[in-house]
Amino acid sequence: MSCAPCWQDILPGTITLGASSRSVETGLWRSVRPILDAGKCVSCLRCWVQCPDSSIQTCDGGTVQGIDMFFCKGCGICAAVCPVGAISIRPESDFLEETGPSGGVNPVKVGELVGQC
Amino acid sequence: MGGVNVRELTGRNNPLAEGHRMCPGCGAPTALRQAFMGIDDPVVVVGATGCLEVSTTVYPYSSWRVPFMHVAFENAGAAVSGVAAAHKAMGRRGLFRDGIKFVAFGGDGGTYDIGLQSLSGALERGHDFTYICYNNQGYMNTGAQRSGATPRSASSTTSPAGRLIPGKLQRAKNLTEIAAAHDIPYVAQTTLHDPSDLIKKVRRAVETPGPAFVNILVPCALFWKIDPADQVKICRLAADSRFWPIYEVANGERRISYTPKKPVPVEDFLRAQGRYSHLFTDEANRRDLIDQAQADVDAEWEKLTGNAKPQS
Amino acid sequence: MGSAEAVLFEDKRLRREMTSGNMAFAEAMRQINPDVVAAYPITPSTEIPMKFAEFVANGLVDTEYITVESEHSAITACVGASVSGARVMTASSANGVALMHEIFPIAAAFRAPIVFGLVNRSLGAPVNINCDHSDSMPERDSGWIQIYCEDAQEVYDTALLSIRLAEHKDVLTPIFVCQDGFITSHCYEPVEFLSDEAVKEFVGLREAVYPLLDVDNPVSYGSFVTSEYYFEIKRNQIEGMNNAIRVDGEISGDLARLTGREYPPLDCYRTDDADYVAVIMSSATGVVKDVADELRARGIKAGCIRVRMFRPFPSKEISAALSGKKGVAVLDRSASPGGVSPLAAEVKSALYMSCRDGFVPVFEFIYGLGGRDLFPDDVKAVFEKLRAGNCGCGASYIGLRDKMGGGD
Repeated sequence: MSCAPCWQDILPGTITLGASSRSVETGLWRSVRPILDAGKCVSCLRCWVQCPDSSIQTCDGGTVQGIDMFFCKGCGICAAVCPVGAISIRPESDFLEETGPSGGVNPVKVGELVGQC
Repeated sequence: MGGVNVRELTGRNNPLAEGHRMCPGCGAPTALRQAFMGIDDPVVVVGATGCLEVSTTVYPYSSWRVPFMHVAFENAGAAVSGVAAAHKAMGRRGLFRDGIKFVAFGGDGGTYDIGLQSLSGALERGHDFTYICYNNQGYMNTGAQRSGATPRSASSTTSPAGRLIPGKLQRAKNLTEIAAAHDIPYVAQTTLHDPSDLIKKVRRAVETPGPAFVNILVPCALFWKIDPADQVKICRLAADSRFWPIYEVANGERRISYTPKKPVPVEDFLRAQGRYSHLFTDEANRRDLIDQAQADVDAEWEKLTGNAKPQS
Repeated sequence: MGSAEAVLFEDKRLRREMTSGNMAFAEAMRQINPDVVAAYPITPSTEIPMKFAEFVANGLVDTEYITVESEHSAITACVGASVSGARVMTASSANGVALMHEIFPIAAAFRAPIVFGLVNRSLGAPVNINCDHSDSMPERDSGWIQIYCEDAQEVYDTALLSIRLAEHKDVLTPIFVCQDGFITSHCYEPVEFLSDEAVKEFVGLREAVYPLLDVDNPVSYGSFVTSEYYFEIKRNQIEGMNNAIRVDGEISGDLARLTGREYPPLDCYRTDDADYVAVIMSSATGVVKDVADELRARGIKAGCIRVRMFRPFPSKEISAALSGKKGVAVLDRSASPGGVSPLAAEVKSALYMSCRDGFVPVFEFIYGLGGRDLFPDDVKAVFEKLRAGNCGCGASYIGLRDKMGGGD
């Protein structure tokens, strides 16, 4: 378990480390969830380029692999721009039985560093 | 997407990383993310105070995969001047990498209004940097107040539509033309209607030596009162109605980048947003203001096309 | 000339010239050869950016000189450059300093070791271009070190040592090198300069921690911080200030070995056996010292303390120097309307914890606002009041036209 740092251990100059927000699970905000139908997807990448949260996962060749639920906030833009209807939007309440982090790629939770000693 | 190989871009890490706290469906992170897609060189980013700055740097996290600095609200132009100058000076001593590009961003508050002096100074001095304004036409970080970029008739929290006053009474100032009046090498205006246009413009801005300015219209779902999923649709309406002309000024030459074949009435753009809903209620029926909006758009377009070469 | 000094002259490590405080600061800048200077002209500090522009135009420095459009942008560009890893200097005065106010605490929090020539001038309104300390005093809680110089020589020496003090890893705090507008900044007096080589060797190169331009190890400056972390970040910053007196002592010692001149945080003059002491800062100190000599010749044990370092305030040192005195007069060149004048407040506060060893009466005097001179007779009157013990509770005004006669 990590611990919020004492003042002696704070980095100088107000700094934080690059890309550290990748441990922040913004997926927790979601009230609706995009569901990708891989069978329909043509990997046109319109969703990838318009996603405000960089949550469309692709493989090396630029093929859409899925949607990163750790970060996806459920804005619905991906479904709106999809030309083939490969992404549908469902309420998060449909997924209440899921346990654990909704995305699961990143172990650190929001606030893990806050207030624990 | 014309001239931009998006498939190739998917293999790169974007300078704006995941985990930022911008609202779902906000146009600002989309704009900046697309902007960075076209930059090949190492980049250092300076941000003015605003939603994007706050939401990407909530301590102890940062969403910036590249060096990032925020000093204050009204001074991103001066801050990036200092960073660029330091790079030049220390580069002569062989310190740090060559070819670093400098990008400053601000919302319309930090750019059109409180930061205009600082921006103007930096443009006049000719530092080699690109300034990106993510323009959602109001002060969103403090809760949807009017700015110098807020269009006529929009209802904001400091220009609320009331019984007496129908939203903002003044037109937005034309910051793109103000920037162009500095005779800097590259100025452009775009929105999220077409990623390839945005990517190409920012790439050109960054690759052009000297100062460059790119004004990107982005929706704020909360202020504009739209469904966040409609972001791209609204931006297309802005471009297709010519409410937000898509053009660039390269070395003093204006070029329209996108001419809608059949312009849609600006009414369609207004009607799609809750911030104009007071114009469309039965009892108000402000046809006069809708017509005024169309007249504003037509006049701006005429002024612009009088100065511009058509799309080649 | 002392023997050590003589050796230095033989080495041609020193040269002596007639110059002013502004020119001395500018000359120090030339020798320091900072990476970046961003400045905006304002009287009476204008000569510094003007002279430095000449150095740039003639290729005497390698500096990137940013001629900004305002003081706000000047200090902002300095912060940007300093955070990038550059060695940065600038100068300003009065309303220029006030316009920069917003950015000073940011510079301090970023641990940006900027060295700033602050040429003291009254803060309008009414507009007045002459000296008082009403421009720098509002910045005393901005997190910057404040050093007040008595003369042009001290301005030069302090500019050099401030580079090392500000950039020291235990300090990393920006510094105001203050001098009195026109009195010090424009009057010509003899100043000894080190050779360019000696300065280069003394200041060395800056080794920045977490420079912004290190694109391979990216960090972010200027985060949004909630109450979960803000307090610890500020306390971490304050530690730099807390270390400054110790580190200043070390660096001053190094400089003294080159110049023969020492600069402790307090300049104590005939205070050891004094009954009455006047505490003052900057250029008017000489008047007080002269008067102390004159009074001593008449058998009155008078002394003078010049506070050189105002932030961090040398509380322990001043408490020790003033304990047991029969009366202390604090002469402030700025007012704190509705409160205790800045220097008097510090002195009283420092003495409070030692009051069990004996009460030391401290009286508050305000002098010299808007550049009004301080005359020996004014200072004699202050000592007379101290001896009579009739100074009253609030501030007395020196050299003020007053219908009630309180101004003499």
